Amino acid sequence: MNAFIHHFSFEFRAGIRNKQLLLMNYLFPLGFYLLMGFVMAEINPPFREDIIPAMLVFGILAATLLGIPDPLVNARENGIFRSYKINGIPSISILVIPALTTILHLVLVAVFITFTAPLFFRAPLPVNWLNYALIFVAMAFACAGLSVLIGVVSPSSRMTVLWSQLIFVPSMLLGGLMLPFSMLPEAARKFAQLLPATQAMNAFNGLAMGKVAAFSPWGSVIMLFASGVLAFGLAMYLFSWDSRNTTRRGHPLLALLVLLPYVVGIFMLA
Amino acid sequence: MKNSMIEVEDFRKTYGNYVAVDGLSFDVKQGEIFGLLGPNGAGKTSTLECLEGLRAPNGGSLRVVGLNPVSEFRKLRNLIGVQLQSAGLPESITPDEAMKFFCAYHNVAPRFDLLERLGLIEKRNTQFYELSAGQQRRLVLALAVAHNPQVLFLDEPTAGLDVATRVELHGMMRELQAGGTTVILATHDMAEAEEMSDRVAILLQSRLVNIGTPMEITATGAGLTKISVRTQASSLSASGIAFPAVSQHTLKDEYSIYFSSDIGPTLSAMIAYIDAQGDTLIDLRVERPSLEDRFLEITNPGVAQ
Repeated sequence: MNAFIHHFSFEFRAGIRNKQLLLMNYLFPLGFYLLMGFVMAEINPPFREDIIPAMLVFGILAATLLGIPDPLVNARENGIFRSYKINGIPSISILVIPALTTILHLVLVAVFITFTAPLFFRAPLPVNWLNYALIFVAMAFACAGLSVLIGVVSPSSRMTVLWSQLIFVPSMLLGGLMLPFSMLPEAARKFAQLLPATQAMNAFNGLAMGKVAAFSPWGSVIMLFASGVLAFGLAMYLFSWDSRNTTRRGHPLLALLVLLPYVVGIFMLA
Repeated sequence: MKNSMIEVEDFRKTYGNYVAVDGLSFDVKQGEIFGLLGPNGAGKTSTLECLEGLRAPNGGSLRVVGLNPVSEFRKLRNLIGVQLQSAGLPESITPDEAMKFFCAYHNVAPRFDLLERLGLIEKRNTQFYELSAGQQRRLVLALAVAHNPQVLFLDEPTAGLDVATRVELHGMMRELQAGGTTVILATHDMAEAEEMSDRVAILLQSRLVNIGTPMEITATGAGLTKISVRTQASSLSASGIAFPAVSQHTLKDEYSIYFSSDIGPTLSAMIAYIDAQGDTLIDLRVERPSLEDRFLEITNPGVAQ
């Protein structure tokens, strides 16, 4: 437990001390939130209703997808995992602690957004706080798992950026942050349902913000948790201590199984 | 008779079709400093990594402190300390955090005294990437010994260190040895290997080519001893003077330099010749072949001497 506390404490401080992580955990989400609040809410007043969940989802996407994978790949490339292994640091700590500390940073960001948006931009507060917190945790858990999995299977930093952007960019465009899910063409809707952001926005609308969900909001929450569990499980299974060690337990393409809950959801929640 | 802390028998490591180590056997006793030498690609790192439990061997048997490094790694990790060649620490960690963090995973109290001893106490709150290369290596070394390991693996421990820190590190190695710690030292620094190691093994092209004390290894070579002589009247610089057992003669900076396979007859004849010429000896230096000379002779025949 003492070891866990020291590890957690170091990783949490690294999230502020490391400029790249500080940018992804705080500066980028909060800067974008303020920009969108001051500009978008003026251009498109109905956006005020979505600003809290949309900026929360954006913050989670930025801090996890853009913040977690690269340090994991760099640590593996630079022999840090080898050093950790020799000193008895378990792989579960290596994978879970950065995810937990990122979620803690996100809680701080979420508190700031939630309580300043009504003051700054006349945004409505959630109507169900318990569901609001639950959906935030589900989305953060799903995205942290996905990000850790990307960090585990990416062979290099360059590939990490590619994989992360493959989820980040469509999430921004189709995830319901800028444009309501109901306004998307039918084919785009199916694709959008593969994204955690879409599920989170649907759940926020139906369960926390007093709006109408496009499809089952509880189904979305279950899918987020299921994909998070699957992502962490796959990351543990595919984890490799060393970039030069070719004896991985499974093929990296197995990571695509993380999409399974969303694929099942498309058919079950249609 | 001291216990064997490391037993390597017919060890083999391959990567696909490439054979990194082939049929290596040696053992290391408790409290011994054992040098592992060889040119790049000789198989030193593969051997170390398998002994440290980072990789699995493809054949033969390895025991470290009586344990199998792969299947019994959990038991082994608190008994060994490793200073990897790469830094192996996150950029933003401070020496203070690293000491607390690693000691906590080894279930021992943080050894801040080591930070003090290695001159890092004033840098205890400085991030790792802001430390100099020497400071980084010292921190990694402090972490490797903080849990009092029975076997310490050092991979190029003094690379990039200044003279004072090298001396401090060598002192630490001797202290650890006196306390019963076994040290495996992989290095390219032959002077360091010769000075510090009780025994050395030389690997070449995946195989063990020589093992023994530095003295034994240097004695098994061509055995040419370098004799440098300077006299008042430079009577030795004349050409055509032959001394017994001398195979080469050169002149450099007023010194006549000879390579002899048997220094007794060579020196007697040389001093008699100087006397006979009425000349006076100013300086005489006798240098036995170093480990580096022998290493070059083994790994690169033709370059030695």
